[in-house]
Amino acid sequence: MENKQIRPKILVFSTDKISDPGIDQAGLRKIHYSPAVYVISLPCSSGIKPRWILHALKQGFDGVFIAADGHECSYSPKCPDLTNKIIEESQRLMKENNINPKRIRMAAICSVCAEPFASHMANFTKILAELE
Amino acid sequence: MEKKEKKERIGVYICHCGGNISDYVDVAQIKDIVKNEEGVIISKNVMFACADSNQKEMIKDIENEKLDAIVVASCSPKLHLHTFRNVALRGGINPYNYTQVNIREQCSWAHSDTPKEATQKAAGLIRAGINKVSFSEALENIEVSSTRAVVIIGAGVSGMRASIDLAKMGNQVYLIEKENSIGGNISKWKDLFITGQKGNTIIEALGKQIRELTNITVFTSATIEKVSGSLGNFIVQVKIGSEILNLKSGAILVTTGFDSYIPKEGEFGYKTYPCVITLPEFRELIDNSRETLIYNNRKVNSIAYIYCVGMRQTKGENKYCSRVCCTTAIHSSLLVHEKFNEVQAYHLYRDIRTYGKQELLYERSSKSSDIYLKYDEKAPPVVEIAGSKLLVKVKDELTKRQELVLETDLVVLVTGMVPRSDSRQISALLKIPVGNDKFFNEIHPKLRPVETVINGVFLGGSCQGPKNISESVQSALSAAVKINALTKNPTIQLEPIIARVNFDACIWCGKCAEVCEYDAIHPLEMYGKTVASVNEAVCKGCGMCTPVCPSDAIDMAQYSNNEIEGMIDGFLEKVELEKAEGTSAPGEGEDGNTMKDMPQIWRQLAACLDKESKTIPALAKELDLNPELVTYHMMTMNKYNLVEADGLDDSDEYYAYKLKNLPHVEN
Repeated sequence: MENKQIRPKILVFSTDKISDPGIDQAGLRKIHYSPAVYVISLPCSSGIKPRWILHALKQGFDGVFIAADGHECSYSPKCPDLTNKIIEESQRLMKENNINPKRIRMAAICSVCAEPFASHMANFTKILAELE
Repeated sequence: MEKKEKKERIGVYICHCGGNISDYVDVAQIKDIVKNEEGVIISKNVMFACADSNQKEMIKDIENEKLDAIVVASCSPKLHLHTFRNVALRGGINPYNYTQVNIREQCSWAHSDTPKEATQKAAGLIRAGINKVSFSEALENIEVSSTRAVVIIGAGVSGMRASIDLAKMGNQVYLIEKENSIGGNISKWKDLFITGQKGNTIIEALGKQIRELTNITVFTSATIEKVSGSLGNFIVQVKIGSEILNLKSGAILVTTGFDSYIPKEGEFGYKTYPCVITLPEFRELIDNSRETLIYNNRKVNSIAYIYCVGMRQTKGENKYCSRVCCTTAIHSSLLVHEKFNEVQAYHLYRDIRTYGKQELLYERSSKSSDIYLKYDEKAPPVVEIAGSKLLVKVKDELTKRQELVLETDLVVLVTGMVPRSDSRQISALLKIPVGNDKFFNEIHPKLRPVETVINGVFLGGSCQGPKNISESVQSALSAAVKINALTKNPTIQLEPIIARVNFDACIWCGKCAEVCEYDAIHPLEMYGKTVASVNEAVCKGCGMCTPVCPSDAIDMAQYSNNEIEGMIDGFLEKVELEKAEGTSAPGEGEDGNTMKDMPQIWRQLAACLDKESKTIPALAKELDLNPELVTYHMMTMNKYNLVEADGLDDSDEYYAYKLKNLPHVEN
């Protein structure tokens, strides 16, 4: 976590069809957010493995943000519940590894959520900067 | 699944995208950084990666350098993923040994305010892409055979119209209708806006065309009992009376339509007072009345229309706007004026949403004797009976919420569209997701508006949300074209990005099958043990099954642990930049930045213009560049005040350009 003093590094898991287009739109509209934000896009947030989250935090990311589809998920209405369970399991693993569970966050980001995404990044950056 | 061998001959192409990337990201420096990465054989900057000439260069590189994987760092994969997968294929490598890295939308544009950090981030993103591609596996598309037949569920206007086009395109069409006649809702309606046609006239015309097409079979009083199979080979079991038919089809189009909202007893006096009816009931009354409008044995001289009944409920079930009801109510009001004399209309509305050409109706109504009163959702109108009088009390927002008491003969509740009562049943049979509004959900409302996540199942008309007739027909026809694109070929290619099981690690606990929405995972007996088996044609590639596996025995192609964790490691690798700035914004030239900070192509152009002014064709020839590319950059340099026009050339055909305000030129 070497750049923590300057800009906390955030790993975002987005979704190919819904939240990643929203993140693209932030760029398209030149809505700026922290350049220490890195995005991995997956088909669905309910396919994120807790081990990836733990790996990211152990290797040097300061926080992990899940840009989920929420109830808009085109795969399943169970998606928000399953993603919540992934976060719970991740937080359990984080506690075991002495990582503050506040380092993971989730919000529903849709394909037009350019400003909300930038705003979530700003808030999370602030929260992470204040931790420790 | 977990691939051990890494790719060893990777080609990396970093795009300028004109200046969209290189104006903010120092692509030249990144090229030098990544060329030393493990497995990277080629690291190049390209002006436009998607340009045909560059694609050809990449194919040459793949062939000459025997590349086994490629990375293109450019725009969003949503734009060019398939372009470069095709480049890989044309070069002779597997298209899934290609990774696209988004350094435009998610880097240069998003961080145009911090070029140095944008450059650092781009380096991390590209390293992540290299790590991902180095673990990538060669995947083969899943090929399934397809039946040139389509089942359409619902024979309303959308289903009927789509059936005609699908049949004309050469498909056998089975049109299934639950009711005993075709036509759906509009067969009951008479005068329609905008065309003034009768609903039943439209249905009769469509019915005639259907009868003339021998490859459409219509089943009425028919219900769907079971759907099995998948894209290309669905088996739809239909029950007609006591008979069961199994229809084989390549795709399914759902056009089941909508129900009208039915107010609860007592809602605005509905079913409590005799003269309170819904909009569909009112339309029937207009259609069946001659000369005088009579309801409940009483001549109707005044009508109060209450809008948004059951719709746009902040605290209720239906939060959405039904879109069509404002227009239908105003159209009904105008019909009443045309057909019956001297009927006073009061429109009690929250907002009027007569979009597009429908606004003309609102204008006509506003200029008539109709009175519009705006109410707030928090203070809805109250319907009461006082003796023999029907009263409606409303607080008018436009007159400081003054309460008005309207004496009226009839209250019309302007109700909208709700999902059909049997939509849950259809959703369960076809496994189509429903949204919060309980209508069927498409993959993406803007970009893939008629497809569902179930391959081969499409949506048309108002089963996916409130639509008027023309919008319903548009979506059904759009689905028809998408379906025909699938069924016209005897085989269909599916993306192989699906779940795979590591049989050695699998202990068959059943958790993956439990969470799978699509029934794609089943137990399989193999070498004396039970393991999970994925049905390739049914798996949708969502990945829901992967985090729940206690032995981490299931993963998704392209999203293996190695690939994802490799990406994470790539993001975090330290980047040493040679100088503090990224590629500086071009306008900063006057403040002392050197030409070295500018894109390479600008330096080349400036060097050519150093001694004399030149035209764009001359510059293109001298630098062996595409003239359009030179035009683009000369215009950009002109915008940033670095070059200026220097009059026409000798042939009076082209402008020549000369240097202006150029910072210190270093070449």
